[in-house]
Formats: sequence, C-alpha cells, structure tokens
Amino acid sequence: MNALSIRQLTKTYDNSVHALRGIDLDVASGDFFALLGPNGAGKSTAIGIICSLLNPTSGEVTVFDHKLATEREVVKSMIGLVPQEFNFNVFETVLNVVTNVAGYNGIGWSEANKRAEYILKRLDLWEKKDTPGRQLSGGMKRRLMIARALIHQPKLLILDEPTAGVDIEIRRSMWEYLTEINEQDGTTIILTTHYLEEAEALCRNVAIIDGGEIIENGRVAELLSRATMETYVLDMLSKPTSTSSQLGPFALRYRDDDTIEVDVPQGHTLNELLSSLSEAGVRVSSMRNKSNRLEQLFLQLVDRDSKDSLGGSASNAS
Amino acid sequence: MKHLLNERVAFQTLVRKEIRRFMRIWVQTLVPPVINALLYLLIFGGLIGTRIREMDGIPYMDFIVPGIIMMGVITNSYGNVSSSFFGAKMQKYIEELLVSPVSNITIVAGFIIGGVARGLAVGLLVALVSLLFTQISPVHPIITVLVMVLTSITFSLAGLINGIFAEKFDDISIVPNFILAPLTYLGGIFYSVSLLPPLWEMISRLNPVLYMINGFRYGILGASDMPIWQSFAVITFFIFMLGFIAMRLLNRGVGTKQ
Repeated sequence: MNALSIRQLTKTYDNSVHALRGIDLDVASGDFFALLGPNGAGKSTAIGIICSLLNPTSGEVTVFDHKLATEREVVKSMIGLVPQEFNFNVFETVLNVVTNVAGYNGIGWSEANKRAEYILKRLDLWEKKDTPGRQLSGGMKRRLMIARALIHQPKLLILDEPTAGVDIEIRRSMWEYLTEINEQDGTTIILTTHYLEEAEALCRNVAIIDGGEIIENGRVAELLSRATMETYVLDMLSKPTSTSSQLGPFALRYRDDDTIEVDVPQGHTLNELLSSLSEAGVRVSSMRNKSNRLEQLFLQLVDRDSKDSLGGSASNAS
Repeated sequence: MKHLLNERVAFQTLVRKEIRRFMRIWVQTLVPPVINALLYLLIFGGLIGTRIREMDGIPYMDFIVPGIIMMGVITNSYGNVSSSFFGAKMQKYIEELLVSPVSNITIVAGFIIGGVARGLAVGLLVALVSLLFTQISPVHPIITVLVMVLTSITFSLAGLINGIFAEKFDDISIVPNFILAPLTYLGGIFYSVSLLPPLWEMISRLNPVLYMINGFRYGILGASDMPIWQSFAVITFFIFMLGFIAMRLLNRGVGTKQ
C-alpha cells in the first residue's frame, strides 16, 4: 500500500505563479522518502496541499487509500507535519503546545499528558515543559515541533527542513530518533531538506522537484549510481612533477600549494586515481569528498533542467 | 460516534486554550473594561446623572447600568475573538488547527465560546462594580442571561469574521473603533431613543445594538424602548447570518488558505 499517492497535482497561485505543474508521486508505506529541490521548486506547496494548508488547483491526493478531497478528516488524522517555519504559540508552554494538538486530534487530557511526557522526554524537552515557547533555543523549538507532530502517532510524518539551523549534535540525535520511529514504529517519513547528506544518510527513496515538476524519482542508491562525476579534495605531501591540469582521465585543480581538487568521472575507480597520482609523484596525506554524491547529482539535475526549460520555473512560489 | 467524541475533545481543548489565553493576560483583558465602566458610572451616573435624575421614569444611574454592562460584553466578546484568531494567523499556529481533523464548525464554536467566556466575565465584573453605585437586581433573570449570552455570541461571530479577513493589526482595530464604538454609543446606553426627534429615532432603530441593550435593560429593569420579542428576533437573525458567513469563509479557506 502507498502511504501517499499524488496524481496530476497542479497549483496556480492567485498571482498566476504555477507552483506545481501536474506532479505524480508515490511514497510506499514505511518508506523514508526525500523530496528535494531548490528554493521555489514547489516542495512546500506540495506539502501544504497534502496537509490541507493549501487548496490545490487540480489533481488528486490519496493517503493510505483515503482521498483527501472526500475524506479530509481521516487523512488529516494520519498525517503529522513539521513545517519549515516555527508555527506554535510562543506564549504557550511546551506542554500546552503539545497537548493542545493532541486535543485537536481527539486525544483526551490524561492520555495526552502521558504521551506528551514520553515524547518530550525522548526529545530532551521534558525539563522545559513549563517554559513558554518563546524562551526556547532554536534547536529546542525544532524538537518541540517534532514532538507536536508526533503526539497523535501519525502514520505519515512530513518534515519540511526539520534540521535547518540546528547544531550538529542535535541534528544527529534527531536523525537517530527519526530512524527509530521509521524502523520501529513503521511511520512513513517524507523529508525535505537542504542538507543533502541528510537525505543520503536517512532516505531510501528520493524525488527531485524543480520548476513545479518531478524531474527525478527513484531509489537513492539508483540515483547515486547515475552521478557522472565525483570531486575529491586531496592534501598532498609532495606535488606532481608535471604542471598539467589533466592526469589521464582525471582533471586537477589547485586550491593552494598543498591541496588539489580532482574530478573522478563515472567508470573510474579511486584505485586508478591513486595509481595515477603515485606515478605523477604525488604523495597523498588525506582525502575527502568535496561535496556528497547526492549533492553533486542534485546540482547536475537541477542545472540540466534549468538549461532545458530556460527559466520556466515557479520561483518564489513555495 | 468516535468522530463525535473526537470533536468534543477538540472543542474542549480549544475552549480551554481560549480561556487560558485571556486569563493569562487578565491585566490587559479584564481590568481595563472594568476601569472604563467605573469611570462611566462615576462621570455619567454619579456626576451628570444627579442633574438628569431620571430617564423614562427610571433613576439615571439605574438606567445606564445595563447599557454599560452590555458595552463591556460587546466590545470584549468581539475583541477576544478577532485578536485571538488574527494572532493565530499572524504567528501561523492556526495551522495546528487546519492540519488537525477538527471540523470548521468546532473551530467556530471553540473561538465563539472563548469570546463568550470573556464577554460574560467582563459583564459580571462590571455588574459587581455597578453595585457600588446602585442596588438593582434583574426583574427577568432568564431574559437577562439569555440576552447577554446571545449578544456575546453575536459579537464573537462578528469578531471571528474580522479576524478571518484581517491581514494586519490595523484591520482588527478599524472595525471596533469606527463601526462598533459608534453603534454602541448610539445604541441607547445613555439615553432612551424615545427622546429623539422622529427622524433620528427611526435611524436609531436601524442600529442592531439598540435592540440588544434594550433587551438587556428589559431583563434587568423591566423597561425597554421596544418589545422584548424584537430584541430576540434581531439577535437571532444576526447570529444565524454571521454564523453562516463565518462557516462559509472557513469552508472556502478565506484568510486561512491560499
């Protein structure tokens, strides 16, 4: 069963911006799915429609076989949303923010408090339960929004850039928690993020949206295998004997006297690169990816798409 | 059945949140209207009233007390819902409700009961303060309570519609200042419309607030410028009309969805 099915979904805003141009998307039940795209691609618009915050212009959304258009209340009860912007009442206490949403979902007072205690403890917020939202740090606010989205135990959790502005330690702990609820509770998760290493680390499937259209959709591993090139940064103990910017199939660029960037085209291995470097007299002390593979693929795809469509994107719509 | 139970819990949650909101800031929400009323009673009732003595055969202080109570009920019911709904839109936590399986009728009812709670709280406080100036008790207690509650519902609905349309803070102050206040002051708080020249009396009778204040005055003093059924008819008409408009706006996502 699909957790989410979208068919020919379009959205045209009052200012005539076409934010979505007939997208089709399926997310399997239990999946950890990434929805990627540049700013203004249509990600937040799509999420807004799925979560009933926006009205679609046309098309159909189905959540666990329930149509949004005709079974809106059922669909809403199955979805938890962590939006991009902080959208809780900053004058309410942490506990009230969470229990209010529990109440809106029909969860009685005592059960709501039990669930709130469990989830706030799990997200390290229990000690702040009586603190008004405005007094929380950015990371705590993000965690509060996750707690609020999970209080009614949704089958589908949608996170719109949940780790933006969060420090590395908290981000990692949020990754762990999201992986846990995906693997142990079977909660389907849809994630949009600008941290592509986050999508690569967490998600099994990915769709890339640009200009209001899905331009790629498939397994993360499958998409990564299509990356045409990877760039590595190498710290050198000795420089190449030649000053050429090409070393066989590998293009070299100097960052500084001791550091070079090397492009490794698809079909060539790191062993080949290291052999070529060794033959050229280079001794490598350390090596790392310039950016992660998904990021490179993403940039290739988005760049290709923008060249194809020559600016026909839905900028500033989402 | 489960759906109805869920709606009941959602309604209770929304009402509790709304009451907590105005109680948390009671210095801003409950104290100023009581001070206002106190000043009106002092100046109009205590000072000017001693010169006027009677209005329609009723001591002037007694005559103005029902209107001053209703003024508090009207402005606070309206202000509570318009500012609460607009605040929820501004801070975007209205989305908590929009993404939850709460029906629009429950959302409307929750905000309205919040407005009624504040309106009645202010009305009760002003009534207690008025006891410092005069000793009156309702002649028709049921009518008194009914008119107060129904009027509070009417203006809570009007405040909700204002909150739905409002896009900036100015939008929730324009209606109270430029429409609600004149209608209230010209609604017979301080005078009987029977004293006006025929043309102005006819114009005054187009003001719905007149029927509400007079209905309440009838409940407390047993005297009114019009039959009590007219008051109930006008209030009921406005409740249905404003309720219909509020539901239609929410169903269409006006002010809440694009």
